[in-house]
Amino acid sequence: MSKAFELSKEGAELVKKELTRYETKHSAIIPALYQVQKENGWVPPESIEYLAGLMGLPESHINEVFSFYTMFNKVPTGKLHVQVCTNISCSMNGGRELAKKLCERFNVKPGEVSKDGLVTISQVECLGSCDTAPMMQVNDRYIENLDFEKAVQALKEMGAQ
Amino acid sequence: MSSLEVKLLSEHYDKPEFQGLEGYKKHGGYEVLVKALKMEPQKIIDEVKASGLRGRGGAGFPTGVKWGFLPNNDEPRYLLCNADEGEPGTFKDRVMMERAPHQLIEGMIISAFAVKSHKSYIYIRGEYDEPARILRKALDEAYEAGLLGKNILGSGFDHDMDLYRGAGAYICGEETGMISSLEGLKGQPKLKPPFPAIQGYLKKPTIVNNVETLAAVKYIIRDGADAYRKYGTEKSAGTKLFSISGNVVKPGTYEVPLGISLKDLIFDVCGGLKPGRKLKAVIPGGSSAPILTAEESLKVNMDYESLAQSGSMLGSGAVIVIDDSNDMVDLLDVTLHFYHHESCGQCTPCREGTGWISKITHSIKNGEGTTKDIDLIKNVAEHMMGKTICALSDAAAMPAISFVTKFRDEFEAYVNKGVERRGEDAHA
Ligand SMILES: Cc1cc2nc3c(=O)[nH]c(=O)nc-3n(C[C@H](O)[C@H](O)[C@H](O)COP(=O)(O)O)c2cc1C
Ligand code: SF4
Ligand code: FES
Repeated sequence: MSKAFELSKEGAELVKKELTRYETKHSAIIPALYQVQKENGWVPPESIEYLAGLMGLPESHINEVFSFYTMFNKVPTGKLHVQVCTNISCSMNGGRELAKKLCERFNVKPGEVSKDGLVTISQVECLGSCDTAPMMQVNDRYIENLDFEKAVQALKEMGAQ
Repeated sequence: MSSLEVKLLSEHYDKPEFQGLEGYKKHGGYEVLVKALKMEPQKIIDEVKASGLRGRGGAGFPTGVKWGFLPNNDEPRYLLCNADEGEPGTFKDRVMMERAPHQLIEGMIISAFAVKSHKSYIYIRGEYDEPARILRKALDEAYEAGLLGKNILGSGFDHDMDLYRGAGAYICGEETGMISSLEGLKGQPKLKPPFPAIQGYLKKPTIVNNVETLAAVKYIIRDGADAYRKYGTEKSAGTKLFSISGNVVKPGTYEVPLGISLKDLIFDVCGGLKPGRKLKAVIPGGSSAPILTAEESLKVNMDYESLAQSGSMLGSGAVIVIDDSNDMVDLLDVTLHFYHHESCGQCTPCREGTGWISKITHSIKNGEGTTKDIDLIKNVAEHMMGKTICALSDAAAMPAISFVTKFRDEFEAYVNKGVERRGEDAHA
């Protein structure tokens, strides 16, 4: 049995408002999933059932949308979700090596959560900042023109050990 | 700054104040809207047609012509701004939205007035958190100043604009995928026709345009079509913001007239290559554009026709400059991994084909390929073209074919190295 999931009162209010903001109720699904992720760090399966009830939409439909988009975390991540771009321009400037060295430095495999729960490192596709390659996105923030030392320094400032 | 740069859209991008409504107004902001609202909507469409403006999102379709496809009736219609910007190598829309959110909003209101739309959305890619926040704030400012909402500036024209955030799917940059996504569905493209201008968002007529396209409309209405045409070539009119990355000394976003030579763009505007490096290749229009060899690159001009003639395309204007330190098999591997990952899976040639060519390329890179595999990449890629719901399949096939054809020796070197190691015959 999965445990029950609930958004905060404000979160639930926000989702309800999104339901009438667009021409169709369905358009509120992405914003609702963002709200779940914002409060919970990731989107647990039981939250889909909860949203279905809250939004009056079929669970199967919310699930379909949820699985289609890569920005919704399907599993828990560390407090800092470090997404290193390894697409073409970043790879040409050391993006893949950076991702690898960060994994070694924080002792995690790509996608894994570090033992202290602070860091997850993943490789992602072009983030639209190719002139500052290599670069990474940490939670919502872009950190650009990186080398290994600068990346570690930035992560430490954000609370990584 | 290079003397080849032209600052039409980007004139005030270096001023932080340009981001806010007050600063924007100080530099003539929303004056063109005032002018436009006094014009006949059809006159605006005619002016955009006459300007020769072509879509800056990738396909280069004439904007005024697209607008003209809308049914001539009072049915509700939507305007969607494509700010999904996912084509690898492209980042100019982000710069535009961060530096000048009101420029986009003004361009959009003018465009909406021209096509008689009362509702628009800016569909922005989910990763663009900072630009989304900047736009949100600018939209609030615009509403507060009566530039959006009911009876805009007393003109009697009503228009609402909202921002919608995607959630990480390249395919939502394809216009019908974007429409599906905005409708709250999986972002899967739909078969065309019907084209969005006839049947788009919620089955209503819908115009989809790129950020840069909509921002450019403002300058066409401000200065007139003839003035806009002074930049660029006969068939590729105006200026273009290029996103330049890779191995140049000064990567960045640069506005130049269409038709500038790629050589000037790299060696003058972007400061050339790093010391001791030689040009090897250029991808001139985002990672889906066929690659050009150094020799081809030095002959081509950055306009739709010249690039088509050289067998490539202008695409989103993302120029990836590649010097002789790069391994082409590796770069194709990175590129195909992306397209395979982003295929939405609806069409067999795309779903299977991207997987196949990506896997073969990867195995060649790992020294496990044969000469036959090199030909196979090309064969499979050729069968992926022109057969699918959207152009993602072609977007993967084009780099595959061009890399393998133009840099075959590097693929062969990998094969031979692998053969040597395994001590077997590559042709077996
Ligand atoms: C796979 C794929 C991805 C695309 N991604 C984008 C994009 O991120 N931004 C964009 O403006 N156009 C993108 N396009 C092009 C759009 O489908 C559409 O042509 C464009 O938004 C129209 O605007 P324009 O005429 O102003 O260029 C993409 C097309 C395809 C096939
Ligand atoms: S071509 Fe590929 S991405 Fe486009 S609709 Fe078909 S499967 Fe989806
Ligand atoms: S390739 Fe890394 S941001 Fe574009």
